Amino acid sequence: MKELLPVLAEQLDESLTPEMQDTLTENRRYTLTRPLILLGMNTSGRIAGADSIYEALHTYLNDREIDAEIGETGAIGLGSEEPIISIQLPGRTRIFYTNLVADEIPLLLDDIFHQTIPREKLLGQLRNDELDAWQDIPFLDELPFFGKQQRVLLRHNGIINPLSIDEYIANGGYGAFLKAIRMHTFEEICVMVEESGLRGRSGSGYNTGKKWMVAQQTPAEQKYLVCNAEESDPGAFMDRALMEGNPHQLIEGICTAAYAIGASRAFIYIRSEYRDSIRKLNAAIDQARAYGLLGHNIFFSGFNLDIMIRKGPGAFVCGEETALIASMEGKRGMPQSKPPYPAERGFHKKPTVINNVETLSNIPHIVMNGPDWFRSIGTKDCPGTKIFSVSGRARHKGLIEIPMGTSLEFLVDEIIGGASDNRTLKAVHIGGPYGCIIPAGKLNVPVCYETFRREGAVLGAGGILVLDEKTCIVDLVKYFMGFMKHQSCGKCIPCREGTKRMSELLDEITRKPADQDQHDTLEKFRGLIQLEKLADVMRDTSLCGLGQLAPNPLISSLRNFREEFEAHIFDRHCKPNVCRELRTYYIDVELCTGCAICAKRCPEEAIIGTERHPFFIVSDKCTGCGICREVCKFSAVFYN
Amino acid sequence: MIKIEVNKKMISVERGETILSALKNNGIKVPTLCSMSELSPTGACRMCVVEVEGYDNLVPACSFRVEEWMKIRTHSARVLNARKTNVELLLSNHPDDCLYCERNGNCELQKLSEDLNVRNRTIQGQKCNFKLDTSSKGIVRDPAKCILCGRCVRVCEEIVGVAAFDFERRGEQLRIATALSEPLAFSSCIECGMCVISCPTGALIDHTQFQEIDTSLDDPEIIVAIQYTPEVVVSIAEEFGFRPGTELKGILNSALRKIGFDYIFETSCGGDVYVMEQAAELATRLKRSEKIPMITSRCAAWVNYVEAFRPELMSNLVPVRSPHQITGKLIKTWFTSKLKTKKHRIHSVLITNCTAAKQEATRPDYYTDHTQDVDFVLTTREMARLIRLNGIDFQELEPEPADGPFHAVSSAGKLLATCGGEAEATLRTVYREMNKKELQDARLSKLRGHRDVKEVTIPSQKGEIRVAAVSGLKSALSLLDEVVSGKRHYDMIEVMVCKDGCINGGGQPIPPSQPAVKARTRNIYEMDKNESVKSAHKNKAALKIYEELARSPGSDESRELFLASFEHKKVLK
Amino acid sequence: MKQRIEDILQHFQQVNRDSLIPVLQAIQDEYGYLTEEALEEIGAQLNLPASKIYGLATFYNQFTFSPRGKYHIRICNGSACHIDHSESIRKEFKKQLGIGDGETTRDGMVSLEIVACIGACGQSPVIAVNDEYYPKFKSNRVKKLLDEIRSMHQ
Ligand SMILES: Cc1cc2nc3c(=O)[nH]c(=O)nc-3n(C[C@H](O)[C@H](O)[C@H](O)COP(=O)(O)O)c2cc1C
Ligand code: SF4
Ligand code: SF4
Ligand code: SF4
Ligand code: SF4
Ligand code: SF4
Ligand code: SF4
Ligand code: SF4
Ligand code: SF4
Ligand code: FES
Ligand code: FES
Ligand code: FES
Repeated sequence: MKELLPVLAEQLDESLTPEMQDTLTENRRYTLTRPLILLGMNTSGRIAGADSIYEALHTYLNDREIDAEIGETGAIGLGSEEPIISIQLPGRTRIFYTNLVADEIPLLLDDIFHQTIPREKLLGQLRNDELDAWQDIPFLDELPFFGKQQRVLLRHNGIINPLSIDEYIANGGYGAFLKAIRMHTFEEICVMVEESGLRGRSGSGYNTGKKWMVAQQTPAEQKYLVCNAEESDPGAFMDRALMEGNPHQLIEGICTAAYAIGASRAFIYIRSEYRDSIRKLNAAIDQARAYGLLGHNIFFSGFNLDIMIRKGPGAFVCGEETALIASMEGKRGMPQSKPPYPAERGFHKKPTVINNVETLSNIPHIVMNGPDWFRSIGTKDCPGTKIFSVSGRARHKGLIEIPMGTSLEFLVDEIIGGASDNRTLKAVHIGGPYGCIIPAGKLNVPVCYETFRREGAVLGAGGILVLDEKTCIVDLVKYFMGFMKHQSCGKCIPCREGTKRMSELLDEITRKPADQDQHDTLEKFRGLIQLEKLADVMRDTSLCGLGQLAPNPLISSLRNFREEFEAHIFDRHCKPNVCRELRTYYIDVELCTGCAICAKRCPEEAIIGTERHPFFIVSDKCTGCGICREVCKFSAVFYN
Repeated sequence: MIKIEVNKKMISVERGETILSALKNNGIKVPTLCSMSELSPTGACRMCVVEVEGYDNLVPACSFRVEEWMKIRTHSARVLNARKTNVELLLSNHPDDCLYCERNGNCELQKLSEDLNVRNRTIQGQKCNFKLDTSSKGIVRDPAKCILCGRCVRVCEEIVGVAAFDFERRGEQLRIATALSEPLAFSSCIECGMCVISCPTGALIDHTQFQEIDTSLDDPEIIVAIQYTPEVVVSIAEEFGFRPGTELKGILNSALRKIGFDYIFETSCGGDVYVMEQAAELATRLKRSEKIPMITSRCAAWVNYVEAFRPELMSNLVPVRSPHQITGKLIKTWFTSKLKTKKHRIHSVLITNCTAAKQEATRPDYYTDHTQDVDFVLTTREMARLIRLNGIDFQELEPEPADGPFHAVSSAGKLLATCGGEAEATLRTVYREMNKKELQDARLSKLRGHRDVKEVTIPSQKGEIRVAAVSGLKSALSLLDEVVSGKRHYDMIEVMVCKDGCINGGGQPIPPSQPAVKARTRNIYEMDKNESVKSAHKNKAALKIYEELARSPGSDESRELFLASFEHKKVLK
Repeated sequence: MKQRIEDILQHFQQVNRDSLIPVLQAIQDEYGYLTEEALEEIGAQLNLPASKIYGLATFYNQFTFSPRGKYHIRICNGSACHIDHSESIRKEFKKQLGIGDGETTRDGMVSLEIVACIGACGQSPVIAVNDEYYPKFKSNRVKKLLDEIRSMHQ
């Protein structure tokens, strides 16, 4: 494929010889000589058990001496249904199976190799007009989950082999980069990206082209591009999916962006926990180098570029750009005051553009198809698509790519199918640890930086947590505040002390009060009111986004779920029964046989009594751990 | 110059300066906590926030530069509320120990909460239980009172150059810690006390020996002798609201006597002995051309540094005790025998400008018959407190002389207060020693002034004597690097860890102030001008000591009495 | 160990402050934790005070100064796992082992770490024992899991 690169770059399909055409279709995996089995080997797939499936596949093929290829692919985006495998017989379309366990492999493959398609655990087939489709099997794009998405960046995820540069090139890859360096100047690319209206997908929402322009126009002998792959929002996995499923798309984006700002060195700052992403990015970089796409004088353009991977040693705040730079320079990841902005004075005081993985993955598409095409997707303010990672109590969890401006309601109801297990949807949390919890009734907001800002929420990086009736808002807010107080770098007073105080107060209202008097309750409520004032000051005076936005979940929930807070404070009651310490346990005198098991097991020694007589729980001592209820053989323990 | 609008008035400011400095130059005060004039801003405390039109959030004045179009409000309700809330946050889990706190009345946090009119606890926080770190003899750390402004971290790293501290962990667990969180005494800290005078609160304080001194004073069986350094004489007045530089010597004597100290001595007589010993050492080394450059060892923090970081330099150090340790030794030996009393019945106290002297007093060498030569050490600040405690009013006192036999002093021993003074005093004596005649002009102005590095070359019959005096550890180290690499050559190097020397020591009044340091220095040189005896070797009291006790400077007898030895100290550095 | 650290340092083309984190990562990968010796050696090589290296190392989650257990248990505390009650799993482990977050049992067998999202939110709650993952884990399986670990070492 290496030889084909220059030809493909000219985009003159007529000049392709028949041999070249063959190479292409072969690498596109249209023509096969033997069956192909692809396994989703990304992190989530492996955690779900892909490794044991891999073994089972091997054993099966070896035992029966069947000549078939086992390949690796990334996440197709249905995290709740993993492990997922897809099978393609020569000449036929590819079919997908979900939720597999290793034991089922022999029977499944037996059937398929005999051209019968078991319906159990079948997801669907991949549309491909050049191949024979299977009868009566839905195409993936006919399923609501996939059909109602608009996949641009995720198009190849779970379908191509992320470790193969050939497959990427055969599908049009690196065309944009070669087009950029051969036919456009630095400025033209910056202008093109600015005109496309692409906005930072990390949640910053800042116009990417504008940022590039600043760096491009700041004179310096060295400039840097940094790809921010820290992705440390809990519940966010869009960037990882992009890196594990299609690393070359990102590499191409980085190359093009580096060219646009005139950077000869680029870094990928990635969480060290993302081991699979690191492995794949390393492989992709090596392949790109071998193909002459990285290195010195790339394709005789005079442009040099090297990409290096920096493993972030784990601190949420290092996603913030100045902290990230400090970390790259071997310092504690504490944010610095801006201005100066990194685009003027960043890594080693040189102009440095920092962009998110998803932002950069958009670049090849924009350069290839032009800014007008990009603006035709999404809204006027926010063109393009956005990827969301859905977790929590959703029926389907995973990756969703939709045009900006689609309503949250559509995403929740139509694509992910609402709450799981037929429960009632209570709310949706969006925007990461400083996002907001939006009640089920108010989901009719279009996803877009502007509308969210207007609603007093943030779109964030794209993590969505679906909450059903059995989740407690107070508990969730407490969780996020606890996260923030731990992740704050601690440099500035409002953030360090503010998150700590807020967290303490939330802890207190979800815990059994030391004494039950009214005064205490009122104090707590006053404290809660005080928090709104505190939140204003945190927003006003914190040094970086973390401290400025940290009160968001609490403040928005105080507005939207006030009654739930009040129930916790005044009634000491948690309706979904999440806050265990608020439960009052008691023993039913009628049912208790006096066996004393509960008393022996209670960690707080809160149960007293004489054997063969009913026992009692001293509620002051009880912390609500629930062990007594679990161990009572006579179901005599209850709580309210 | 450009114009910006502040509080609805136009003011002229320098292009490119920070908002904070622009405001300051125009007489507008905004509170600060984390900023330090010598260092670049970190923007950590957010106390200096102001409202700038066009910005969504408040901006920290210390780390924002002025721009032509700016419209600033420094004390709007929004700004005041923000500052106040941030102070309330700091107070929400503060120990509330003001009444018992060393910094009561001189604490920036206390002052802020007073200025911002904080009148009730609106934010409740859980108190944290931290242990005091009392391991170090000079400094006590109370993490509960630490507001994490980072001033100590930056001073120790960027000004002192030791970097004993850094921030540890992050967020709610953020602390100040030494490497591996070792107690201060086992860390690389050299006890210079620069962090103590930089700390805005009571989180870093003197390791005080008040109780012990009180007990000694109270005990009729115990004779308490006290000595004070010249630095104290020119700075203690500041603690009582006098103009910096005011000399209160005679009055200090009567105050000390009122408190109940039995004998009051000036350290500078020991200083003269020290100068003579040092001069003798230099003469010998020059004669034998060995262990050149001779490096001074009077600064206890410097000795700590060499022992921990640069043991290869130990042989270049002068193996002679510091002036106050010489005086301490003399009190415990000579003076005790004069009084015909037992050593353990006499307690010797030192008032000094230096926190490291507290730790120095416990060095194993500095004992006579199992009692420390200097039993207790008080800093200038602590002395002021002791005076106040005893209800003494300076205005009411008449000056009194110090006690013999140490009071007949020359101005040489006083010059030791400044950086360069030690070299100057030593040169006066060594010149006489080597050339058998006095220096023509005793005043070596090249060694005066507030530069970090000062040098002078004195012609002598046996070749020139090249001398450098350097203050500030960082400057000292870079100078020594050049010496080691052969770029520069000196016969003697005076090293003072504190900038401008002991006059600006870690035991001096808080907050440190450059004008005060200048005034104190001026006063010391004034003393030298007015004093008729300008050389150590002319001090009658010192000569008497040699006559009765130690034969001559550099003799075996004097070495036995005044010797200091050094030992490599292993710390995590 | 000193020798090994020098070898690791040799591996880096230019050792300067930029490489401090990679160097610490390499040492941590090799030994599982950082030591006083490492601080000293790196400090000497990079000309950095030990306090700065210590300050840096304690800032980040990845570095630790105490050895991990033979079985290192990571409990996910991402948001998805949290609402699926990872807290009770954590409590159960703590109770069974008698150790807290970031601690190791006295016999050096098991250590606990609470981590942010492990990477399989679709399968929450998730825990990992060394490199083996347990999706959709429940607190009532804790005891059995620990028994298995112990029985492997009888
Ligand atoms: C506390 C904090 C955490 C952040 N974490 C991330 C992150 O994990 N990944 C990311 O890409 N950007 C993160 N950002 C945003 C970056 O600072 C920066 O704006 C972004 O990398 C710019 O990329 P974009 O213009 O492509 O959006 C974070 C910002 C803050 C304030
Ligand atoms: S806002 Fe929080 S995270 Fe940001 S600099 Fe301040 S303390 Fe650090
Ligand atoms: S819930 Fe737990 S603490 Fe309370 S009584 Fe039962 S066992 Fe004891
Ligand atoms: S275990 Fe059940 S039956 Fe037995 S004493 Fe407790 S409550 Fe009564
Ligand atoms: S440090 Fe300041 S505010 Fe704190 S107790 Fe001492 S005097 Fe009071
Ligand atoms: S200032 Fe107030 S609290 Fe303090 S001693 Fe005086 S009256 Fe009491
Ligand atoms: S006393 Fe000096 S060396 Fe020690 S920590 Fe303070 S500033 Fe650093
Ligand atoms: S010890 Fe003092 S100077 Fe150091 S951070 Fe704490 S309050 Fe600031
Ligand atoms: S210069 Fe003076 S005050 Fe400072 S540490 Fe040295 S001896 Fe002490
Ligand atoms: S804290 Fe909430 S439902 Fe309990
Ligand atoms: S003085 Fe400006 S932020 Fe601290
Ligand atoms: S939240 Fe636990 S795996 Fe993501």
